[in-house]
Amino acid sequence: MAEYRLTTPLSDEDVSKLKAGDIVYLNGTLYTARDAAHKRLVDLILSGEELPFDLKGAVIYYVGPTPPKPGEPIGSAGPTTSYRMDPYAPILIEHGLKGMIGKGKRNQAVREACQKHKAVYFGAVGGAAALIAKAIKKAEVIAYPELGPEAVRRIEVEDFPVVVVNDTYGNDLYEEGRKLWEEK
Amino acid sequence: MRVVKYDDIVKAIRDMIIYSTTHLSPDMKKALEEAYENEKSEVSRAVLAQLLENAVIAEKEWKPLCQDTGLAIYFVKVGEDVKVEGGSLKDAIYEGTEKGYKEGYLRASTCDCFTRANLKDTVGYNLPPVIYFDIVPGDKIEIEYAAKGGGSENVSRATVLAPAAGKEGIKEFVKKVVSDAGPNPCPPLVVGVGIGGSFDYAAVMSKHALFRDIGTPNPDPELDALEKELKEELNKLGIGAMGMGGTETVLAVHIETFQPGRMCHIASLPVAVNIQCHSSRHSHITL
Repeated sequence: MAEYRLTTPLSDEDVSKLKAGDIVYLNGTLYTARDAAHKRLVDLILSGEELPFDLKGAVIYYVGPTPPKPGEPIGSAGPTTSYRMDPYAPILIEHGLKGMIGKGKRNQAVREACQKHKAVYFGAVGGAAALIAKAIKKAEVIAYPELGPEAVRRIEVEDFPVVVVNDTYGNDLYEEGRKLWEEK
Repeated sequence: MRVVKYDDIVKAIRDMIIYSTTHLSPDMKKALEEAYENEKSEVSRAVLAQLLENAVIAEKEWKPLCQDTGLAIYFVKVGEDVKVEGGSLKDAIYEGTEKGYKEGYLRASTCDCFTRANLKDTVGYNLPPVIYFDIVPGDKIEIEYAAKGGGSENVSRATVLAPAAGKEGIKEFVKKVVSDAGPNPCPPLVVGVGIGGSFDYAAVMSKHALFRDIGTPNPDPELDALEKELKEELNKLGIGAMGMGGTETVLAVHIETFQPGRMCHIASLPVAVNIQCHSSRHSHITL
C-alpha cells in the first residue's frame, strides 16, 4: 500500500503506477457530475458536440454538495454511490477520462474500460462530507445550473484524500479487502 | 383539550432538522468509537478515524455531516387530548421541513420520479416528507425525525417468506441483504429489521427500528438475543468500513415486530430490512 500525491490532469504514467489500496492525495482541478449530468455529457459525445470541459486526463467527482453558506466555496461534499454512473463511464473513459471518485462497486464494463484505456476508480469516504469539503478551495458551476446540486462544477482541490479501488490491472479493493477478513 | 401552537411546531421541527444533520447523536458517536477500538483492519480503522474527525468538524461548524441530507422521515404520535391552533399539524411539519432544509443550507434531494427534475420552487424545498401518523392516549405530540439518505435506502429490501422458513429464513434474508449491499450503503451500518404485520407494514417497522438508540436493549429477550447473534454473524462477512475489508461492518441490528404479540397472517412471514449508513441522523421532540 503506497501513498502518492498527484496533480491533474492525470497521464497514463500517473495512473499506471497506482494499485488497488494505494492512498492518493489529489491536487488541481476536478469536475463534479452525477446521474443527470452524465447523461447529458454522453449525449454530447454521441452527437459529436463539444463538452463543457476537456476530458483528456480529467478526474470526475461523483458528488451533489449541500448549498454553501455565505463565504464558503462549497457545502458538505462527500461522494455518492457510483454504480448509477456505470452506464455512462466507459464512453467517457474511452474519450480520455483518467479518474473517477465515488463510493461503492463498479460493474465489469467500467473495470474493463479502466484496464483497456488506463483509468482508475478512486473511493472517497462516504459520509465524511464536512471533512472532505476542507480539501475543496474553489468551486464554480460551469454547466447545467438548472440541475442544482447535480450541476457540473469545476473545483480546485488541495490534497483531496482518496483510495484506489479499481486500478488499471483489474484489481478491486472491495473484493480483496473482503476476502481478507471474511470468516467462512 | 391541550393546545399547541402551529408556529411552535414549525420552529421545533426546523431546529431539530438543523441540529441533527450537523451533530452526530451521542449513541452513534459512541458506536463509531467502539468500532474504531475493535476494528482489526488498518484501512477500515483509518476510515473510522476520518468519520470521527468529520463529526468533530461538522459539530464545530454546524456543517452537514453528509451532503445527502436525505428525505425527511417522521413518525408522529398525536395525543387524543391535544389540538393544534393556527393551522394543521401536517402543514406545520411541511413548513418546518422546508424552513429547516433551506435555512440550514441542507440539500433539497427530492425530485420528480420520471423527469428527475428538482421541484423545489413548485412542490417545495425538499418536500414532501414521508410522515406516519399514529393516534395515542394523552395530550402530547411526539415527533421522531430522521434524515434518510438514498445510498442506504437503495439497498434495502422487503419480502414475504413462507412460514416454514422460520427464524433461520429470516436470518438468511438479512444476511443476503447486507452481503449484496457490500460497500454501497456506507458501512458500518445500523440494520433495521421489521418482522410480521403485512408486506408494507414490515417495511415501516424496519424503518422505525432505526430510530432506537444504539446500545438500548430490545425489550423482548428472545429478539435481543437474535439481534446480537445477527450482528456477530454479519460482522463475519468481512465488508468493513466503507467496504474496504474489516471486522466492523454492523454497529447494531434492531428488530421490530407487529404488536401486541409479534403477529402476522397465518399464511405469511413478512420480513423487511432497512439499511442505515453510519451517518444515522435521528432525533425526537415532544410538544
